[in-house]
Amino acid sequence: MNDVFSFARLGALLIKEFIQMRRDRITFAMMLGVPLIQLVLFGYAINNDPKSLPAALVATSNDPYTRAIVAALQTTGYYRFDHVAQSAADAEFLISRGDVAFVVTIPADFAKRVESGNNPQILIEADATDPAVASGAISTLGTVASQALLRAQGTQEAAAEAAKGQLDVVVHRRYNPEGISQYNIVPGLLGVILQMTMVMMTSIALTRETERGTMENLLAMPSSPLEIMLGKVLPYLAVGGVQVVVVLAAAKLLFAIPFTGSMSLLLTAVLIFVLALVLLGYSISTVARTQMQALQLTFFFFLPSIMLSGFMFPYRGMPDWAQTFGEIFPLTHFLRITRAVMLKGAELPAVAGEIGWLVVFVALFAGVALVRFRRTLD
Amino acid sequence: MNAIDVHGLVKRFGNKTVVDHVTMSVAEGEIVGFLGPNGSGKTTTIRIMCGLLTPDEGEGTVLGFNIRTDSLRIKREVGYMTQKFSFYEDLTIGENLEFVARLYRLKPVEEYVAGTLEDLGLTTRRNQLAGTLSGGWKQRLALAACIMHKPKLLLLDEPTAGVDPKARREFWDEIHRLASGGLTVLVSTHYMDEAERCHRISYISYGKMLATGTVAEVVKNAGLTTFVLQGPRLDQVAEALQGRPGVDQVAPFGATLHVVGSDKKKLEAALADVERVHKGVKVSPGETSLEDVFIQFMSGSKDNMA
Repeated sequence: MNDVFSFARLGALLIKEFIQMRRDRITFAMMLGVPLIQLVLFGYAINNDPKSLPAALVATSNDPYTRAIVAALQTTGYYRFDHVAQSAADAEFLISRGDVAFVVTIPADFAKRVESGNNPQILIEADATDPAVASGAISTLGTVASQALLRAQGTQEAAAEAAKGQLDVVVHRRYNPEGISQYNIVPGLLGVILQMTMVMMTSIALTRETERGTMENLLAMPSSPLEIMLGKVLPYLAVGGVQVVVVLAAAKLLFAIPFTGSMSLLLTAVLIFVLALVLLGYSISTVARTQMQALQLTFFFFLPSIMLSGFMFPYRGMPDWAQTFGEIFPLTHFLRITRAVMLKGAELPAVAGEIGWLVVFVALFAGVALVRFRRTLD
Repeated sequence: MNAIDVHGLVKRFGNKTVVDHVTMSVAEGEIVGFLGPNGSGKTTTIRIMCGLLTPDEGEGTVLGFNIRTDSLRIKREVGYMTQKFSFYEDLTIGENLEFVARLYRLKPVEEYVAGTLEDLGLTTRRNQLAGTLSGGWKQRLALAACIMHKPKLLLLDEPTAGVDPKARREFWDEIHRLASGGLTVLVSTHYMDEAERCHRISYISYGKMLATGTVAEVVKNAGLTTFVLQGPRLDQVAEALQGRPGVDQVAPFGATLHVVGSDKKKLEAALADVERVHKGVKVSPGETSLEDVFIQFMSGSKDNMA
């Protein structure tokens, strides 16, 4: 007899553990399926050197030099001119909304200046809220543009040489000229922190009642599903409010994040976002049978939302299917709003679309929760 | 009007019929005992009555409200005490009562809570966490919380499981006091002595209602004959009688042996040689107890838990 270790006793414990593992279907599926799904999803989706970034062209003339520059930029693979802005104001709106990552402005007298060798200039404005996104594209600029001119001018080598020396590519790193990555990370963290706590806390709201046996009593007493939902969700809305204050204060005091936009607009968006999160958590709570399952489902949701929302890796760097997939996360839309409002000083019209998305999430999650809520123990 | 009037209730979970055409009526002010083995469908039937489950078949009213369509109104008028303690263990006694009082919109809350604490004798322990109470006190707290809103019908699901005899006695005294005030009570239990404290009993087994009536009626209708054997080495006698035609149950009761059968003639034949073979053993006619009847019911019905 061995008091310290016996294979038979260890065997008994192992067998019991495996039986329990197999019984809990969701856990089992999570252990096997989730790593595979995530590996494939993230492996293909994540890319730190985003290419084919949307750009807007502001050009009033359609001369060979302009065309050559545009063609050359497109050939680098970084720029994709899918927006043509009519005016500078137009372009400003596009970049502040985040529709484009670059605005390339070629002045009307560009061709004339090239030919006369009179200091031709093009202006490239980059959205540098995420410094990583813009850096690759900016680094290619200098050589690409002048070589394009060289080709366009063909045989007139003398003129070309002169122009090459004179072509001035002016780069504006908008919103974050020094390329400080905290400017991008901290406003994003606001969304991630809120998501982490709000969804997790509310996801165990109902399962905790069920597991402790108090659900039966709660259902036997006169309380409506709406009352139960609001009763579970509103306290966390208040907790979320406290978190918002803490994170924003830290952003200001510790990280000196510039705060250019409207506070009330940001807070409105935060409120809707938190409401969507607590309702999402509550919906998870109506689906999961145990607290453990609720937490697993929550984490199953967390990882892709952090990876694919543009928080951790550039959203623009992902392939189209992954970008479309990323749209299903409230965090994706919230990140665009916070970055736009905090860093770019965006006004309501620029972020109205994203706020609209959040409102859709609120309605959707509330609907799912109320439909899924088991008024009875059936 | 009966407090409970349900007929043909059927509830299935998967392919298992847990409640199988149960019909039941309980008059106002009556205390009805709901008996049956574990897994017989007592809890499910009670849950259907208080609107926690929807029956697959069957209709009925509780306090005049339709169990299918009026569950919210039923919930307001019924007090339901769950089998497992289902108040918040991480709230104090006082906080739990305040929660219930507010849910039922009892005003003023403080008056109701203070009165209930006073009745319970828990005024000084108001700030104690409910989770730290002993089993007997938890049960008293749960009952107090269930009757705070002055329900017309009380549904109690095995309220005295795991409670000591003195607390059980006090609990039943309280139930009778409430019933004399006009409250109707349906209480499920395993205990025979509790069944005998009810005005009427209903016996359910594996989803089917097998008997209903007063204790005397149920015993009489079962039509069982019982003999009591006394003497030395009764264990050997028991072994010898087991399985003989006409002998349905052989059960030791202290120093005696109860032998029960549904056919009096066959039972007498089976016992004819006992006094001769086993020296000193005396056979005398006995009274059939409620327990004998229940054991008979249980062995006669198929277990659907398997």
